[in-house]
Amino acid sequence: MPIEVNGKTLETDEEGYLVNLSDWEPAVAEIMAKEDDLELNSEHWDIITFLREYYEEYQIAPAVRVLTKAVGKKLGKEKGNSKYLYALFPYGPGKQACRFAGLPKPTGCI
Amino acid sequence: MATAEFDVPELQEYVDVPEVEEGTMAHLKPFVVTNPEHNTDLGFPGELVEDWHGKTLEKLDDLRSRYRSLQVYLDACVKCGSCTDKCHYYLTTKDPKNMPVGRQDLLRKVYRRYFTFAGKYFPKLVGAEDLTRETLDDWYSYYHQCSQCRRCSVFCPYGIDTAEISMAAREILDSIGYGQKYCNEIIAKVHKVGNNLGLPGPAIEDTLEGLEEDVFDETGVEVKFPLDVKGAEILLVTPSADFFAEPHVDGLIGYAKVFHEAGVSWTLSTTASEAGNFGMFIGSYENMRRVSMRVREAALELGVKRIVFGECGHAWRVAYAFLNTLAGPFDFLDPDYPVPQHICEFTKQQIDAGKLTFDKSQNDDMTITFHDSCNVARATRMGDKPGGQMDIPREVIKAACNNYVDMDHNTIGERTFCCGGGGGLLTDDLMEIRVKGALPRMTALNNAVQEHGVTHLAAICAICKSQFTKVMPYYGMDMDQVVSVHQLVSNAIVLTGQRTEDDEEEQDEEA
Repeated sequence: MPIEVNGKTLETDEEGYLVNLSDWEPAVAEIMAKEDDLELNSEHWDIITFLREYYEEYQIAPAVRVLTKAVGKKLGKEKGNSKYLYALFPYGPGKQACRFAGLPKPTGCI
Repeated sequence: MATAEFDVPELQEYVDVPEVEEGTMAHLKPFVVTNPEHNTDLGFPGELVEDWHGKTLEKLDDLRSRYRSLQVYLDACVKCGSCTDKCHYYLTTKDPKNMPVGRQDLLRKVYRRYFTFAGKYFPKLVGAEDLTRETLDDWYSYYHQCSQCRRCSVFCPYGIDTAEISMAAREILDSIGYGQKYCNEIIAKVHKVGNNLGLPGPAIEDTLEGLEEDVFDETGVEVKFPLDVKGAEILLVTPSADFFAEPHVDGLIGYAKVFHEAGVSWTLSTTASEAGNFGMFIGSYENMRRVSMRVREAALELGVKRIVFGECGHAWRVAYAFLNTLAGPFDFLDPDYPVPQHICEFTKQQIDAGKLTFDKSQNDDMTITFHDSCNVARATRMGDKPGGQMDIPREVIKAACNNYVDMDHNTIGERTFCCGGGGGLLTDDLMEIRVKGALPRMTALNNAVQEHGVTHLAAICAICKSQFTKVMPYYGMDMDQVVSVHQLVSNAIVLTGQRTEDDEEEQDEEA
């Protein structure tokens, strides 16, 4: 099921993740979020940006603990936990936020 | 988040055996491999082959001659019905093809049609049926609604192992290019990167450094999380979820603290950074062997003397039951220790030797119960006594916690109910069967919560932990109620030289 972004048709897999990671642009996240009935604010964008930077360096999404720690450092300790991330991304920071950020879905025993 | 596109069963006092309702789960099929590489990397055809009919029968014939057990299972069933109400998926979906015998018959009827005298000449009399495209789709659907937990086989008077039949069916499907995306994509990642998640070495290193910092901040003790250290005594092979997910990572911290206090040198490996072995789920000896060989190669390269496996259910089955034949002989390891050893067994030995000090009160905010993982309970052992695989994890928990209660005895030990997500089903596209299949376990847990004030469920399997964190919210429970066994150890262990709360108060006063 491809998605339309700024007049371009981008290919996604069965679960809505971008097939070609290089297709990503901020509008992709906006459109995917809208489909999930979410409106992205700066807090969401902090996470999405971190995910993309981490992926750029390590070729994989960050572990939950790595992510919560980074959030805690940047936004304050009270936000450095899974609860905060789930409040932002109800379907899970790993899965929903990764999709918005244009990363492949992390799969395994998780 | 617990919104569902299907009916979530309600928790009752017990799970009733339902009346049969045909076809309730016929709609559910996991995603098929679309990227041909996820098949070809495993040695399977990239997509469904044209001559699937001939190839299917050829493979079935090959498997029944290769595995005597499969031939016996296909022949021996007398339809006594013992297994029918033992499967968590049948109990909660009412679909007769989710009865163990119904599931077996999907393959059995084809076997009879083409490989038995009666089936060839009087098919209708013996329930033999032609192999059609619909048969394949039925196999694909229902052999991916079996978590290969083997609870039914405990109750079968002939010991027919439905898991082995479902593995054979999946292997046949793979051999004709009709593979499941979830399992095959993951096995391809192991072959390529070294673990199920696809974590490259630098990502593991970064994660481990972070953990060293965290433990130091918390305790003031430099507990190491060594990676690729040559000459270490122990190689720890653990599921990659332990690096990535919660509460798994808290278990990893526990292992490190135990090794630290035991005073042994240990290491993780970037190339053997996965305990799990999905080769078993898809019934592929060749893939199971390739995955296992990574452990052997890492052990040789690092020159370790012992191998210890972390908290992973099916990994422990492969490790305990098959590792030696798949990747042995391990004559280069220290013969004084089991090859391999389970982390719970290791920790228990340290406890017995008096090497670990616990402050159990650190876990006083919890009342724990333990979920026996299928593969550990029904396919392995730990220690040197029968039942050790059930007793040892409980003894480790009790050494670290004051409050422990078992769930209903009919749902634990060798009769344990599956978490609902094992055997290659831990994927979002199978959420319906995962949530429904968890009902018997959730029922037993809920009863323990109501009757004994249980607050947390401990497990020693990465899949169980992930499955529970996802499905418990559907049943009105919280994802935080799932804990790793070594997380409890980590909470209570007092490290030598560890900062105490008094120290912290003093520090605060000085500040």
